Amino acid sequence: MIHTDVLIIGGGPSGLTAAKMTCEANLSTILIDRSHILGGQLTKQTHKFFGSKEQYAKQRGIDIATILQDNLQNFPHLTIMLESTVVGLYEDKVATILQRNEYKKISAKVIILATGASEKFLSFENNDLPQIMGAGALQTIVNLYQVIPGQSMVMIGSGNIGLIVSYQMMQAGIEVKAIVEANDCIGGYKVHASKLKRLGVDIKTRTTIKRAIGHEKLEAVELIQVDSDFKEIPGTSQIIETDILCVSVGLSPQHQLASMINAKTAFIPQLGGFVPLLNDQYMTSVEGVFACGDMVGIEEASSAMMEGYLTGLYATQYLNQPHPKCDNLIQHYQNQLYELRDGLFGHKTLIGIQKRKEKLTHAP
Amino acid sequence: MSRILKHPIIDVKPRDKIRFIFEGVEIEGLEGDTIASALIAHGVTTMAYSIKKQRPRGFYCAIGNCASCEMTVNGHAHVRTCITPLEENMIVVREQTEGQKL
Repeated sequence: MIHTDVLIIGGGPSGLTAAKMTCEANLSTILIDRSHILGGQLTKQTHKFFGSKEQYAKQRGIDIATILQDNLQNFPHLTIMLESTVVGLYEDKVATILQRNEYKKISAKVIILATGASEKFLSFENNDLPQIMGAGALQTIVNLYQVIPGQSMVMIGSGNIGLIVSYQMMQAGIEVKAIVEANDCIGGYKVHASKLKRLGVDIKTRTTIKRAIGHEKLEAVELIQVDSDFKEIPGTSQIIETDILCVSVGLSPQHQLASMINAKTAFIPQLGGFVPLLNDQYMTSVEGVFACGDMVGIEEASSAMMEGYLTGLYATQYLNQPHPKCDNLIQHYQNQLYELRDGLFGHKTLIGIQKRKEKLTHAP
Repeated sequence: MSRILKHPIIDVKPRDKIRFIFEGVEIEGLEGDTIASALIAHGVTTMAYSIKKQRPRGFYCAIGNCASCEMTVNGHAHVRTCITPLEENMIVVREQTEGQKL
């Protein structure tokens, strides 16, 4: 059994920032991630961030991943475990880890869950064919591993991820044959959509996929137009040949580890799905287990970082070894979050966060 | 089914080659590859076949979440190839059954 003050599960934007805070408070910290690199989804994000300087605005995600890791240099009490998957989590704050075919057990005084999100899927005929993949997966294989898996693609979903990934695939030389959106308007920011339209990309609203066509792998897709009730309009079928079909229909918080220890969860649509319920200090209903980032509500990496800092700080308070600048920093990062959520998308998130807190006291 | 050679933002650096065996044939990947990225660069789109209907299974999530890219590597079944770094002389095989029961 390995003993530590803090165990952080997930090495993305929120896990990395939480680790900085607990390390600065001289708490022994283990940061684990199932991947072979740290940074989470930042490692494939070649676009520049919005927000303020504090949130690394105008910097690219790939560079922010490096900055956050550099911030963790020179902490003697920090252990980073990569290629490590949590296969068991227990209420007494013990985790079973599988690292490269070897099982390890870690006992911690505090656990911070920062497992992020996974991509939602869509049901249609032949949706299991190879070369149909999530937007994040395509972005990873192209931007991180520099491999081009096909010459052409069709994107399902016109949210910000669908739009940004389509643009990035064009930068890598992949032809974007169409972006398809079932709603009557584009889901993401106009600035991203305009960029694609200027390059001649066809963004089809009120359109969806009916089936994928192919044998050993995807060869073509059948698209149809839908009415305001999302029912097929007869006679609108169109077959488009494509090497890749990319599915970008939203993200789900990865709440599974919280559920494994019987933390109270609830389905909160504004936060993207099932999330663990939290108090104001980001603690779940299980004493000493905290959670932050996309796993407690789908937002952007910028807010995940601010939540990571805050959660790390609250964890240091909980362990009676507060970070030397704890109160000031908490105020500071709360203000940052407040600014980030000052918009249309932010308003929705705030409603979700309120529910997440209220349900904690009322849930059975 | 190729590598990026030039990119407006990403820094494309020369990388060392890593030799490995896929389905009995020696092929090459590059330093920094996962098993899956090396295979995709070679045009491999099928990572496995489903157990009951033998339908092809491809790369899907890239974060070790969906199990679609699991392969047998050096005799170990169900290795998530999208998050496992490629190593010299690895023996990588597609899975068509549920694997050997222990």
